[in-house]
Amino acid sequence: MPRTPQDYDDIPGTFVFDAERSREGYGINMFCMSLMKDANRKAFKADEPEYLKRFPLTAEQREAILERDYNRMLELGGNIYFTAKLGATDGHSFQHLAAVMTGATQEDYAKMMLAGGRSVEGNRSKSGRDKPKAKTRSKARSRRG
Amino acid sequence: MANIIAGVASSHVPAIGAAIDNKRTEEPYWKRVFSGFERSKQWMATTKPDVAIVVYNDHASAFSVELIPTFALGCAAEFPPADEGWGPRPVPVVKGHPALASHIAQSVILDEFDLTIVNKMEVDHGLTVPLNLLFGSPREWPCRVIPLAVNVVMYPPPTGHRCYMLGRAIRKAVESYPEDLKVVMFGTGGMSHQISGPRAGLINSKFDKAFLDNLSKDPAKLTRIPHLEYMREAGAEGIEMVMWLIMRGALDAKVEEVYRFYTVPASNTAVGHIILENRGRTAGKRAGARKGGGERRRQAVARRGGERIASKARR
Repeated sequence: MPRTPQDYDDIPGTFVFDAERSREGYGINMFCMSLMKDANRKAFKADEPEYLKRFPLTAEQREAILERDYNRMLELGGNIYFTAKLGATDGHSFQHLAAVMTGATQEDYAKMMLAGGRSVEGNRSKSGRDKPKAKTRSKARSRRG
Repeated sequence: MANIIAGVASSHVPAIGAAIDNKRTEEPYWKRVFSGFERSKQWMATTKPDVAIVVYNDHASAFSVELIPTFALGCAAEFPPADEGWGPRPVPVVKGHPALASHIAQSVILDEFDLTIVNKMEVDHGLTVPLNLLFGSPREWPCRVIPLAVNVVMYPPPTGHRCYMLGRAIRKAVESYPEDLKVVMFGTGGMSHQISGPRAGLINSKFDKAFLDNLSKDPAKLTRIPHLEYMREAGAEGIEMVMWLIMRGALDAKVEEVYRFYTVPASNTAVGHIILENRGRTAGKRAGARKGGGERRRQAVARRGGERIASKARR
């Protein structure tokens, strides 16, 4: 069954972890959660495909995990707070994962954050039909001068 | 009777906790963040709440995907720090206030907010980092803490309006508790950030600053922000700012903004912080009347402390 279209599918570069992805990705997230235990981390590292048999995963999900395709894991129902545990098991910092997901080097990603982060301009909408809403801005300034 | 005297909002970035735990707070990158909370710690030290109700979210620590409660109120006597993969944070065990917590549960459920009651729970950086930012790193936390965990991990989280109304119901519950207690409400998380997918690293300072302005002056406006707008403008994970509205709902319509701080970045996140006082500060006044001059003087000092902070922040 294809995924139910949602208004937030229009946000670029974003896989919203919604109830549907939560259902589909249950196995990915429970696998990641299991990595909170040291014995499980060791068992996984010793034989990854064998360890993954303990969890209900589709062939695509299994492949995404084995290939450390973090964006694909999110698309198939993984949640970032869970998949980050896989990254930590591999000994990576969160910044490394963020760089991998954005297709940047870790150095470039770090520089972008220090410079104020990724701008929302040009990153709001795939379709371009949504403009920022003026109503979210406040006319009242609580800080003077 | 118990009273909510103030609300505090603060980001709860895990890297802030790691910087504290690894003693890196004096490094220039982190000093920029921590220096913004120095006055807040002074304010907290003079305010001396008896109880803090901390609205936060769990990050796959106490709750996995096996159980995803929308609102979970911690009614236990204590809440140990969770092991988030690097061992539990070296922070004190959080002591609860089971009597007030269960009173709140009973009251707000009858007000039609279907809370989940949690009698055993570990708490992660979402709760302990804001405690560090406001109380520092004491041997024991100086007040009791009632955790209110909100699902903002799986979409959809509760709406901003729902959160605001829950805040109002919590205030009603607190004010019907017979013991004299000064309660401070914490809203945590945010501000703009996205840590997942190709758009990770998104920051929107314009959105954040407008949010802080409206939190102070026009919270009703914030209750109408749809989830889509949070995610589009403030990042997929920026949606956790709805939790700030539970705090705001527990305060007066008109509040005194005593302090705010904003900086970008801490790790992948815009750090926002604000302190809002209920103008009446009724708890302090009542307590002062009953407890005599010493308490009254102490309360006056606390108020002046707050004003001093405000005047500095506004220069």
